[in-house]
Amino acid sequence: MYEPEFLREAQRQLAVCNACRYCEGFCAVFPALELRAEIGSGDLGYLANLCHDCRDCYTACMFTPPHEFAINIPKVLAAARLQTYEHYGRPRVPALFRRSVVGTAAITLAGIVAVWLAVAAFMGPRVLAVPHRGPGAFYAVAPWLAIIVPAIAIVLYGVGVALCGAWTFARDIGGAPSRPRAAAAWRAALDAITLRFLKGGGAGCYYPRVRGSSARRVLHHFVAGGFLLALVSTTIAAIEQDIIGRMPPFPLLSLPVFFGVAGGVLLITGTTGLLFLKTRSDDAPAASSMNALDYAFLVLLDLVAVTGLLLLVLRETRLMPPMLVVHLGLLAGLFITAPYGKFIHFVYRYVALIRRAGEERLEARAASGTRA
Amino acid sequence: MPAQSPDGVSGFEADVVVAGGGNAALCAAIEAAAAGARVLLLERAPEYLRGGNSRHTRNIRYLHDDRTAYVTGPYRREEFLDDLLRVGGGQANRALAEMAIEESRGAPEWMARQGVRWQQPLRGTLHLSRTNLFFLGGGKSLVNTYYDRALRLGVRVCYAAAVTGVDDRGAAGCAVLVEIAGERRTIPCRALVVAAGGFEANIDWLARYWGEAARRFLIRGTPYNDGTMLAALLERGARPVGDPKGFHALAIDARSPRFDGGIVTRVDSLPFGIVVNRGGRRFYDEGEDIWPKRYAIWGRLVAEQPEQIAYSIFDAKSWGRFIPPAYPPYRGDTIEALAAHLDLDRAQFAATVEDFNRGAPATARIDMSRLDGSATSGVAPPKTNWASRLDTPPFYAFPVRPGITFTYLGVTVDAETRVITASGAPMPHVYAAGECMSGNILLSGYLGGFGLTIGTVFGRIAGRAAAAHAMGRHLAGAGPRPAAAANRVRA
Repeated sequence: MYEPEFLREAQRQLAVCNACRYCEGFCAVFPALELRAEIGSGDLGYLANLCHDCRDCYTACMFTPPHEFAINIPKVLAAARLQTYEHYGRPRVPALFRRSVVGTAAITLAGIVAVWLAVAAFMGPRVLAVPHRGPGAFYAVAPWLAIIVPAIAIVLYGVGVALCGAWTFARDIGGAPSRPRAAAAWRAALDAITLRFLKGGGAGCYYPRVRGSSARRVLHHFVAGGFLLALVSTTIAAIEQDIIGRMPPFPLLSLPVFFGVAGGVLLITGTTGLLFLKTRSDDAPAASSMNALDYAFLVLLDLVAVTGLLLLVLRETRLMPPMLVVHLGLLAGLFITAPYGKFIHFVYRYVALIRRAGEERLEARAASGTRA
Repeated sequence: MPAQSPDGVSGFEADVVVAGGGNAALCAAIEAAAAGARVLLLERAPEYLRGGNSRHTRNIRYLHDDRTAYVTGPYRREEFLDDLLRVGGGQANRALAEMAIEESRGAPEWMARQGVRWQQPLRGTLHLSRTNLFFLGGGKSLVNTYYDRALRLGVRVCYAAAVTGVDDRGAAGCAVLVEIAGERRTIPCRALVVAAGGFEANIDWLARYWGEAARRFLIRGTPYNDGTMLAALLERGARPVGDPKGFHALAIDARSPRFDGGIVTRVDSLPFGIVVNRGGRRFYDEGEDIWPKRYAIWGRLVAEQPEQIAYSIFDAKSWGRFIPPAYPPYRGDTIEALAAHLDLDRAQFAATVEDFNRGAPATARIDMSRLDGSATSGVAPPKTNWASRLDTPPFYAFPVRPGITFTYLGVTVDAETRVITASGAPMPHVYAAGECMSGNILLSGYLGGFGLTIGTVFGRIAGRAAAAHAMGRHLAGAGPRPAAAANRVRA
């Protein structure tokens, strides 16, 4: 899957790391590397998706440029990681839409315009210009079926791409090496939820710069937590609407609004914070192609949350319909780009973490066997 | 504190100047600053290469009575001293050696207080050591942590500042000669700590003892350790200590960078097969002793071979049994095919392998965990352990050259790390710590992680002593106290 020249360069750098091993306490990448005398294409994808881009190894390395070894592991692994997203994201879409901020922006804008045109065409342009209040107000602008059908289609497509990608990726990197697999999957889930390997073995993360910090891990928790709370809010809203029969908009003192606001605030804080760290971080250990993906995803997620909260604030006013259109359009952009953009990272990371958890079990078993 | 000038030096009145930017220098700077002194640290390297050879370290040897989460058992005074005297010969300054050991007990706690972190046990406890404590991320992380700490304590740090000499005027005070951005300056101070390393990166200096061979040595650490300050102190009358010719060297990959290749250039394959020189001949028993103990003799052995090069030869049975080095080995399906990659006498090489194979047992798997007694017969020189025929293709080779880690020559110091002159009197204002005085304690051989011990213990002592010396005069009122200073000279 990699260009031979790129693979050779990654192999060259990782061979230096494997001979050094000073960084083995930082994260999962280096202990995993130590188990491999030679790095194949699958191994590179595996290591790349274990990497959180925390920069601890780059900061600790004696061999970064201008040293003639020119070791830059965060950069080479970020580039490799991006290529796994592209390789396993089938069916393929044109590179412009996968790789660039422009592509994501274009898809998202197209989403907004499409929603706008659909509303204007089917509901009449007038619904966009007047306020709507009371139960079912949102559906007066965009009918429920017109929202839910495309939404389910987009999400199912994304889930399908992700599952197929995860399956082939798992096959290529070798799957979980120890049994029971469920134990590895459980361990990996805990590692993922706690961001265990973003702790730098206790040092924190040299991101943005010179001093270890837990800022990035905390902000990532905000984003992931905010996203989950937004999902919870949507789920409760669906239950209220379809089972209890209570139509949105929901009162301010209701569970969907509570979880939605909490999730939105966390998302905005997290994504804005991560964007801020990113602008402050050192570009030398960054891969520009991955940077573009990060920016596109973070900005989009941030905008989705901002418009979501604005929709709550403005829902009694005549600004509600345009805001709803923008929010739905942004959501469309977010989920259409999801299987090809940064959103997908957690899928491949989780698969890689399952393999790593299995390797750890084997190592622990071997260690206790040797001691005994 | 005055505003920072563009060169980092002007307008800063330093009590203590530290010449050097590695572990010992930083420990000295931190301790001096913590004691309230205004400290100026002059690092020869640019910022991205700061930290000297400390960047290449990864653990510290220290005294402890119990196992902890990070070490697997106790390492007590008698054993520590025993280890030191065994490798370092009996001529060490016993008082300083005991001081290094005793003071090492508190080193980890102090390091942790500065922000240094330890590597968590991975894979059970198998990879941890009993005697040495591993810091997380290795030496450059350590150095980064110390710079961060020093800057927070108000230490003024100036990079690319080459200290070239010291003008110790006794009662009249002290001045440091420094070159910053091509400009020579004289910086007055009350005390100077020299922690500027050895001279292993100074090829001309090495050539004084080793002739042209020195031009083919590789230097494993920083190119900035050219011994300028060591030479300056010796020239000003400091009493030398340690063998000037002495250095610690390993056999490292011949393709390594001239400088700064660090740990990754080490070649661990030597005991698995045979080692031949350019003439295609073996020249030493590759199975003499437990490998880590013998590891360090090979730098010297290769230095004595023609063109200072040798080749470590092994076969497919051994591939994957040692840490893979940064460079891939040469490879051939026959001995002749392998030889085609190597610059040596091919006919003699083939004969050497044939001869070795006749005398070596057809052992399938040598046992590297012990001296396995699998020896050659009728081969000269013999291989007394781990001998096994080179009979399983493909065949591999690593070219090796001497890679110098550090030199032993240093200046004599007293218990306060004051530099002692030939007459036995200390220089009034000059202290030394780290590699440039480690010859007081370790005169030969090598003890893993002990360089860090010496640097940390004596760096801290030097920082405290220099600060007390500087502040004592400083606190006593404006201007130097000639009488007190004069007394000190004679003390």
